[in-house]
Order: sequence, then C-alpha cells, then structure tokens
Amino acid sequence: MNTTSENLYAAREPIFPKRVYGKFRNLKWAVMLVTLGIYYLTPWIRWDRGPNLPDQAVLVDLAGRRFYFFWIEIWPHEFYFVAGLLIMAGLGLFLFTSALGRVWCGYTCPQTVWTDLFILVERWIEGDRNARVKLHRANWSLRKARLRMTKWIVWALIGLATGGAWVFYFADAPTLMRDLVALQAAPVAYVTIAVLTATTFVFGGFMREQVCIYMCPWPRIQGAMMDNDTLTVGYRDWRGEPRGKARDASAGDCVDCMACVNVCPMGIDIRDGQQMECITCALCIDACDDVMVKLGRERGLVDYLALSDAPREEAGEKPRPIWHHVLRPRTILYTCIWAAFGLAMVYALFIRPEIEMTVAPVRNPTFVTLSDGAVRNTYELRLRNKHGQARMFGVHVSGDLSLNLSLEATAYSAVQVPADDTLRVRVYLTAAAASDPATQSETPIRFWVEDLGNGERAHSNSIFNGSGGRQ
Amino acid sequence: MGEPRKDDLTGRETMGHDFDGIEELNTPMPRWWLICFYLTIIWGIGYTIAFPAWPMISGATAGVLGYSTRGEVSEQIEAHEAANAELVSELVSVDLAAFDPQSDLHRYAVARGASVFRAQCSQCHGSGAAGAKGYPNLLDNDWIWGGALEEIARTVRHGIRNETDTDAHWSEMPAFGDLLEGDEISALVDFIPTLPVADWDSPGGVLFTDNCASCHGDTGLGDRSQGAPNLADAIWLYGGDPDSLTQTVTYSRFGVMPAWGQRLTEADVRAVSAYVHALGGGE
Ligand code: SF4
Ligand code: SF4
Repeated sequence: MNTTSENLYAAREPIFPKRVYGKFRNLKWAVMLVTLGIYYLTPWIRWDRGPNLPDQAVLVDLAGRRFYFFWIEIWPHEFYFVAGLLIMAGLGLFLFTSALGRVWCGYTCPQTVWTDLFILVERWIEGDRNARVKLHRANWSLRKARLRMTKWIVWALIGLATGGAWVFYFADAPTLMRDLVALQAAPVAYVTIAVLTATTFVFGGFMREQVCIYMCPWPRIQGAMMDNDTLTVGYRDWRGEPRGKARDASAGDCVDCMACVNVCPMGIDIRDGQQMECITCALCIDACDDVMVKLGRERGLVDYLALSDAPREEAGEKPRPIWHHVLRPRTILYTCIWAAFGLAMVYALFIRPEIEMTVAPVRNPTFVTLSDGAVRNTYELRLRNKHGQARMFGVHVSGDLSLNLSLEATAYSAVQVPADDTLRVRVYLTAAAASDPATQSETPIRFWVEDLGNGERAHSNSIFNGSGGRQ
Repeated sequence: MGEPRKDDLTGRETMGHDFDGIEELNTPMPRWWLICFYLTIIWGIGYTIAFPAWPMISGATAGVLGYSTRGEVSEQIEAHEAANAELVSELVSVDLAAFDPQSDLHRYAVARGASVFRAQCSQCHGSGAAGAKGYPNLLDNDWIWGGALEEIARTVRHGIRNETDTDAHWSEMPAFGDLLEGDEISALVDFIPTLPVADWDSPGGVLFTDNCASCHGDTGLGDRSQGAPNLADAIWLYGGDPDSLTQTVTYSRFGVMPAWGQRLTEADVRAVSAYVHALGGGE
C-alpha cells in the first residue's frame, strides 16, 4: 500500500465469518426463515375474486395495470396508495433507526439475509472459518476446485430460485411455472430471472459487505436518524480495557480473543468504536457473551448500548432502562406521523367508491349550433366499474331541466360497462334554441352515473357552453 | 500544494493537498470499482461502433449493426398493418348503409378515420371538425350533399366541384350581380333571413320565387341533390349577416373539395367517413 502505483486501488480484504451461537443468532435465523418464506411463498397464495378476475392473492398485473393485494385492488389512478405505503415504509425505517440503529440492515435487509444464507452454504460446504481461510490460501487442487464448484452451483441455484420467485409476482404463478418449464414463457420472464440470478449470485457470494459500504445509500441516510439515545451495538471499553490475559487481575474484561472480530460479516473490530461499516447484526454480542459466560464474567461486554449511558456506566451507575431510550420525542413523533398516514390510508380505502366517473368536455369547438338553432355540447365520460361483473350504468344530467342528454351510438341513456374496466362514452347535451343554456355563455351542470344494479351513484361537475350572444 | 507525505497518526499517505493546514488522506478506490469504470469506457466505445453515433459532415456513422430508428418505425408500421389486414379487408367490403355502430369494426373505422382526419381534413375543416367560414362544420346536423354514411363517403371519395374527378358533386350558383339590380339584391338579402316564416308577397319573396326557388326550393329548404343549402335553418356556411349575404348573392360562391378517393385508400375513405358520421351530426 505504500508505492504510488498500488495506491490507485484497494483490493478487497476477504472475510471469513465464523459460526456463532446465541440469542441474536437465533433471532436472525428466525427472521431469515420468515422473510424468505414470505418472499418465496406469497405468489402461490390463492384468493378467489370471482370469474373475471385473477385468483392470485398478490399480483402486479402490469399489462392490465392493476395491483391486487388480497381483498384490495389498486387502479393506476389510485397510485397514491402505493406512494402512501412507501412513505409509511420510509417513516417506519426512520422510527426503527432512531430507536435501534441499523436494525433494518442487521436483520431484514435482503442484502443481509441472502448474504447470511450464502455464508451458511459456504460453511456447510467448505467448513468453518479456519478451514475456509486455509482453503483460500491453498493452491488450486482438485479438492479446492470441487468445493468451489459445489458452492458456486448451490449459490447459483439459490439465485435462480430468487429470480424465479420474483417473476411470479407479475403473472399467474402456476401458469407461469408451467410455461417456464415448457420454455414457452415470455422472454422478459427469462431475462428477469437471469438478471436476478446473476445479481443474487454476485451480491450474495462476492460483493457482500461491499454492497453496504460502497453501493447502498441507506447507511449514509441513517446517520441522520440516530442520536446519543439510539440503542446500537457497542463495546464497553471502560469495562474491557486494558485488554489482557484472563488471569491478569489488573487487566479489563476483554481477553483479546478476537471472537467478536472473527464472526463479523463486515470484517471490522467493534472495539474500535462505532463504525460506518457496522450493520448492527449483533453477532459479535453473541460471540463475546459466549466467551464471558465461559470465563464466569458478566455478559454484555459487547452489547446494545446508548452513547448517552456511557458516562453513567463509567461512573459505576446502572444504565437507564431501555424504554427510556426508546420512548423519546423523536420516536414518538415518528410513530405519530406513521400512524397518521396509516389511518388516512385505511380511511381512504374504506370510502373508495366502486364506481367512478370523470368528465372531459370537448372544447374544440366548445359548442355546435344545430340547424334549428339549438346548441349542442359534447362530453367524454369515462365510466369506471370496479366490480367483478359487467354492470349497466345509467347516465343523466342535472343543473338545467331544458338540457337533453343522449349517448353516442345508442338510443338509451344507459350503457353496459365491462367488468373491472373503464368505458369511454361520448355524451351529447342539447339545449333548445333560445333556451337559457343556449344563450348564456356558461351554465353549471352536474353529471350523474348510477349503477342500475345496486343504485350506487357518483357525480361530476361540468359546464354547458352556450353561444353567449356569439354566432 | 505540498508533496505527498506519510501521515504520522494513521500511517497513511496524504494526497498532497493542503488547505490552511488541513490535509487529505489518500483513500484509494476499491479495485472492482475501477474495473467497472474501465469496463463502462470500453462498453461506451464499443457502443459507438455498433450503433449510429459519431457526427460526420453530413449525417453520422451508421454503426456496424445497421440499426436505425427509422427502420424500426417502418418495421413497426408494417407489423401494425399486418395485424390490421383482416379488419381492413372487412372494412372495404362492409355495406355502409347497414354499418352497425356498436360493432368492433365500426370502432376500428372511427379510430382509423380520426387519424386520417387529422392528417388530411383538419387543414380546412379544423382539428375539431368545427369548420370555418366557407368550410362546413361537420359536427352539426346540416348537410349540403347528404349526411348518411354512404353519402358522406361519396363526397369524400369524389369531392366537390373539382376538375380531377368527373364524378365530383357539381353545381354552380349564378352571380346575381349580373342579373339583378342593386335594390333587388337588397330586397333578397332582407328577405332570406326571415325564412321559413316569410312574407311571400314582399318584393324579396317574389324575387326569391322567381330566381332562387328553382334550386333552393319553394320554401328555401334547399336541395341536396344539387348541393343547394337550406336557407331556412340557423346555419350559414358563408355567414348570415347582410354583408355576407349581399356578397354571396352578388358574386356567388364556389367551394371546392378534392377527390380523396384519388389520394387515400378505399379503407381510409370509408374510415374517415365513419369518423365524420360519428361526430354527432351523421344521419
Ligand atoms: S447497508 Fe444497505 S445493503 Fe447493507 S444491510 Fe444496510 S440497507 Fe442492506
Ligand atoms: S461489529 Fe458486530 S454488530 Fe457490527 S457488523 Fe460486525 S458483528 Fe455485526
């Protein structure tokens, strides 16, 4: 690293995290099981919506421009629900980060979960840390090639399953599965699977901590969410230092066994203090607790702690209780904003109508004079039927009794709107010659649409343009 | 700017920058990052060789893959036409007098006609088909040469008073300035706007019966077979005010429309007729 030519780049230091046992490791296994389970199984859940709609519980129908989520169906113009969910997800991250530091990174981020899974596979095939370090240093041999190949194949299979599961969210899963196997699925499905297989393989197998350190914006943002009361993984240096042998009575509790360093998936030493690289996976806590218990010392040399407790603890006092750190104006504020968004969205969801109408007056020209002197306006109505069956929609107008309404290409004032669809109809309003709407320049009107099946109504305001004295 | 030196505290090299005593440590970029960076440069150069890129004096390098956006568009147009071939053949054979406005074919014809209209007809009739002085409004229910679908199609196909199509609608109003005196023309101009509830014994009424009724009808309701406009309705192609009427009666009018059958395909003629017919005034 000293000559100028070498300084142009830094080679990645390989990391060989060691197996660890403990409560946080168990928690992480559980989280991995749940998150991977949700990811892989969700597309296979069925949900009956009637004959005209898909029966997949969670489905992003890009071609049909619908998003189905169990009993909820989102149309493109309701994208604010998705935006709201993203805002809630963001605020949720703010909340958790300000309370517990990078818990998202340490437990639930896909990068962490898949890397964890890949390291598990690596350990099964190549052995624990020492065996892997040895294999890494060894020259290429038949055995090394065999172990590497096995590992890479298993990784690639996991990658394939990851990419494979992704596409099922965008099409009927059983059908797509059959098509994929029969090599009849759309090319975009194969391309998506290939890309995601490759990224999973590379990110989980080789990039690992580099993704978090160099690529991900989230660690930088999180810094702004944390303060001295945030509980995060730290080292009680006042208790551990100076490091020394276990028998050395003058030394602190840290016996410099390197257990915490050896298990760290980010390849750092938590005893150097909080670092940008630390994803707070808490594995070093498990590793250190293990050592402390064996030595008969109190656990928690490496632990979740808040910076604000450090001076108290150094003075020999007890740290403040956890709720004291978690419940503070900042987290309460985040919770309130988060809940406000949630309630607003639930409310919006419940008052959402099943039928809707938008009215666009044709403005080129604004009105037409007919041969008997009557004045006609044209409107384009979009009638939206969110039901799973076709419905008859009646259309009428209020605002001036002299207006005569007729629909394009039919003698009736009702049309059939297909199931789960929007129908565009041209509507003509005619005002008799010399009537008020025909001679005034503008008459406010209101269109009504009624579902003739159940009487549900919707309305939309508009304007009738008369000649206003112009010819 | 100082010399790069070793920083005592960290043991790392500095960049040699010195800002009021603040120095910057050399933190090298990761190797994979640099490799990716070089790969993008190579990719970029390769891209400009494969695709049209470098500007030359006239035009640009064509790229070895032979790709062009125009080529892509014409492929898409061809694919589109192939996909619509069946609808087009149905459209040219459908009986216009019995064209079902609820059918898919009709919807296709109207959509196709809308784009034909915008390209070919909007220059005179306006993009919203509302017309202008001398160019009929196609939205209303007044038709000079007939408003049924097959009549509209005939007008579109052969045009009006053009000299390129022998089947074009043809009629010519005399310039009454050569035949009548000035006060007679004024009397007519006074009389015509009072139609249809008119005083037929007035000088204008008598003049109308003698000079105009043969084409515009005894009661001024017009005659579509010779393209004589209805003078008793509220619609005036060249204006219903006294000045415009005096102009019309004195010098006559001679509106021309091209024979679109000579420029458009039969499918386009039928499509644009269906579109115009569906604008609200079709009969
Ligand atoms: S730093 Fe980014 S990629 Fe890494 S664990 Fe955190 S969120 Fe995930
Ligand atoms: S220092 Fe500890 S908590 Fe941080 S990443 Fe390493 S093992 Fe996880």
